[in-house]
Amino acid sequence: MGELNTAMIERYRNSFLKEVEANVEEGEWVKMCMQCGVCSGSCPLGKFWEHPPQEIFMMIRAGKREAVLQSESVWMCTSCYNCIVRCPRELPITHIMHGLAHYAKRLGLVPKTNPTAKFAQMFWDNLMVKGRVNELKLGLALYFMNGFGDGIKVALKNQKLGMAMMKTGRMNPKEAFGGHAVKDLAGFHKVLKKAQELEDARIAQNGPPAGA
Amino acid sequence: MAKREYSFYPGCSSQKGASSSNYLISVQTMCEELEVQLNEIPDWNCCAASIGYAGGGELPRLTLSARNIALSEQHHPGQDIVATCAACWLSTREAAERLHEDQSLLAECNTALAEAGLKLRNETPIKHMAEVLIEDLGYEALQARVKKPLEGIKIAGYVGCQTNRPFGIAGESYENPKYLDKLVETLGGDSIPDYEKKVQCCGGALAFSEPEKSQEMVKGIIEAAYDHGADLIVTPCPVCQMNVEVYQDQINQTYGTKFQMPVVYYSTLLAVAYGRSAKDAALNGQIIPAKALDALAAK
Repeated sequence: MGELNTAMIERYRNSFLKEVEANVEEGEWVKMCMQCGVCSGSCPLGKFWEHPPQEIFMMIRAGKREAVLQSESVWMCTSCYNCIVRCPRELPITHIMHGLAHYAKRLGLVPKTNPTAKFAQMFWDNLMVKGRVNELKLGLALYFMNGFGDGIKVALKNQKLGMAMMKTGRMNPKEAFGGHAVKDLAGFHKVLKKAQELEDARIAQNGPPAGA
Repeated sequence: MAKREYSFYPGCSSQKGASSSNYLISVQTMCEELEVQLNEIPDWNCCAASIGYAGGGELPRLTLSARNIALSEQHHPGQDIVATCAACWLSTREAAERLHEDQSLLAECNTALAEAGLKLRNETPIKHMAEVLIEDLGYEALQARVKKPLEGIKIAGYVGCQTNRPFGIAGESYENPKYLDKLVETLGGDSIPDYEKKVQCCGGALAFSEPEKSQEMVKGIIEAAYDHGADLIVTPCPVCQMNVEVYQDQINQTYGTKFQMPVVYYSTLLAVAYGRSAKDAALNGQIIPAKALDALAAK
């Protein structure tokens, strides 16, 4: 586990809720949860969550830090927004789940084999290269995310689909070479680099105290 | 009537050779007929959709959308932004609202944008194309141009998630939106107002990472359409379209079903009803051909 994680454990020793409020996107909403369970009942993948959203919120208040941040559950959100529009207290639950997932990733606590965590990272890395998503490269990266042997199997399984996509002009093998991009790529990268610096500076304010 | 103009955010999946390039073609045809002029935002970038959150923190993600809005405000001042992709629309509108509520985030965003000489004023309304059709133009105007009514074609209106929640279309409910049904009726087709899977999630981006879980949900969406005797499904979202259309072979293998249900965009329906060719309606982009529409377009 990373240095940042150790420092955060030290800093927020007595309150995981405070840690979430200070460091997780929209985390300040967690304490508003009234445990009604509408979110858990509304989630399309609810039956697959080890801990559905309602439980995650209670676990945060109960200080179950590792159980929450190492959970596969926070990577189970399809972003359907059912929970958001139904929550009687109007918690932005979708965003809190994304925020918890991102925080877990920053701390290096993501379960190693979780496919959505891998895919979500690939998506971000892919779009950051050229400013636009390269679907072909993203698809290939996805096939091979569990190694070469597994990748060949997945690719073969999807071969017919790939051919159909190409035939209908909805997949282009030429995207492997270059592909679509923003024109002011240097400007795009400068803007995103600055945004990341500012984000890091804000995190450092909440993070480990100086000299820790 | 003077042309309506919008600042257009097409999004990654609509680019040439990408998974919803057929959507863009039918939208362009539809807009020609409706005298709507789409001015593409110059040099737009990806919005990070709803799956960029692993690598992308709050500010970098918001900055992606802020760059697009800033470019739009610079090059197309006074024009509303319109997106055809549900995820593009949602991310952009969400970013605009978050930056409106949090002035310190807005200030940071503008510090980042200044690196490329851009500035976000954040005063631009952000719409989905379905809002343009239903709120700006209205059903009457849409009906006035129908040359080939979709007579005898039964269509399940699959609204899905992100065109519906958390923003949606004015006056529609989250749980039972009716605008696709009304649109189908407007074009002379037979709607299925009690299509119970109309707002069921298809899995979104998890169709890639958790295919079994997603395909189980898609199976329900298609099965319900068959139960109602639908000839095809119509949707306003590129992720819905792709997930519900292209995995039917795999679903048939897993579950022993014999699904062969066409899934089209609303823009394809309009293009055909307005008398345009199969090519202009992008019917050649269907992996599962929409035969009823092919036949009508050929008439």
